[in-house]
Amino acid sequence: MLEQLARLGRVGISILAHIGRGNILLFHILGGIGDIVVRPRLLIQQLYSVGVLSMLIISVSGTFVGMVLALQGYYTLSQFGAEQSLGVVVAASLVRELGPVVAALLFAGRAGSALTAEIGLMKATEQLSGLEMMAVDPIRRILTPRFLAGVISMPLLAALFSALGIMGGYFVGVGLLGVDDGAFWSQMQSKIDLHEDIYNGVIKSFVFGWICSWIALFQGYDAVPTSEGVSRATTRTVVHSSLAVLGIDFILTALMFGG
Amino acid sequence: MTSDTEPLVKIRGLRFFRGERAIFDGVDIDITRGSITAIMGPSGTGKTTLLKLISGQLRPQGGTIEVNGQNIHQLSRRALYRLRIRMGMLFQSGALLTDVSVFDNVAYPLQEHAHLPPSMIRKLVMLKLEAVGLRGARDLMPSALSGGMARRVALARAIALDPMMIMYDEPFTGQDPISLGVLVQLIRALNDASRLTSIIVSHDVQETTEIADYIYVISDGRVIDHGPPDAMMHSDAPWTGQFMRGLANGPVPFHYPAPGLEQDLLGA
Repeated sequence: MLEQLARLGRVGISILAHIGRGNILLFHILGGIGDIVVRPRLLIQQLYSVGVLSMLIISVSGTFVGMVLALQGYYTLSQFGAEQSLGVVVAASLVRELGPVVAALLFAGRAGSALTAEIGLMKATEQLSGLEMMAVDPIRRILTPRFLAGVISMPLLAALFSALGIMGGYFVGVGLLGVDDGAFWSQMQSKIDLHEDIYNGVIKSFVFGWICSWIALFQGYDAVPTSEGVSRATTRTVVHSSLAVLGIDFILTALMFGG
Repeated sequence: MTSDTEPLVKIRGLRFFRGERAIFDGVDIDITRGSITAIMGPSGTGKTTLLKLISGQLRPQGGTIEVNGQNIHQLSRRALYRLRIRMGMLFQSGALLTDVSVFDNVAYPLQEHAHLPPSMIRKLVMLKLEAVGLRGARDLMPSALSGGMARRVALARAIALDPMMIMYDEPFTGQDPISLGVLVQLIRALNDASRLTSIIVSHDVQETTEIADYIYVISDGRVIDHGPPDAMMHSDAPWTGQFMRGLANGPVPFHYPAPGLEQDLLGA
């Protein structure tokens, strides 16, 4: 009994230590933002590899999600004779919810896992120690630009996801199912609110970008420097990021739209 | 200020633990200026850990390490980084940045700290690469280098800022005979030409005794012997003799502690 209690305590302490290390790392990462102003090239490189290279998967997924939404939405709406509202349904679902959330899940799988593997391998091959020995702070030089790139890219990727999703929905709804072109756009225009829907979606994706980048970088930096350790850290990045995105999405949705 | 006769690195009563295990328990080491000092000992005795402690990457639980008269673990981050600019380290793996070329690897510390125009940096990089015989490999990526070449590039990078000391972590491990010979000569030549102080961590007895001026042997968290290479090779102390001459029999057992063989084979 006492032994089990002690084990529970050890697990608790190790979780708290983990969270503590994560927060210390985050403060350290944020402390390096000043360096980026001096060396913007570091950020631009990362915006390319974290953001631009994720565009393809985000675009394709967004288009298909929008197409499916239109199909499903049309079926439900047609039962009430409200097919003309298809544009609102597709746009609201994407901008409020699916855009930020699915883009973040894809981001965690595509860019987050790559970040963890990269940082973990740099640790395993002593490149981070090497930088430290050259009197270069690896957190500020390597982690900060990647973190910022993630936080900046995420809302843009989510916007791209939503925009292409709406185009996909338009193609299926108007092009294939015969919803009226004018009704599709005008209802969307009148019902989608800039503050209520779009700003809240942007806030969500900003938060997800922050969380996913933080988790990915921390897992890489905290990884056991062996091939097995890096592989586990990469898995943890995807699992933790996905769970965090879904959990935080619920909280944010409740705060934004619950009242 | 410190005088020239003071040791460059002064370690006193160093204690370092990993969990419950004592890696160092009361270690005293002096590294004389301008010399090549070797730290030797069997694998797993914490030789690399010692270099990390000297460079301030790890913090000891007890004792002090002074480098050039400064207690390394009481320095602010900024002061520690300033001191590290004057310390080079050659990692066992080379630790080259894998996504940039050989040239950019060697140029990196200069671009970070030297504030020189690009044309001057280029000249300095060429000189450093020439010193390790790899000027022609400047456009290669690290993945295209052999292990020996990678280590020489790393050496060029370590001396890029003309440090006062270089720490070599197992420089001879996994080298073919030719690159081994080149490396041994290079370390000696660099040390003498630039009045460097070198610390070599190694368990390769032959190569190390060839170039070291002084040897410390550590085992089980303590310095068990030290002296010039000749004296160490002919030491009567059983442990030192076994290690330096590579004998299977001696105070260090060949077998990891285990119950009797009969018990394992025939059951209890």
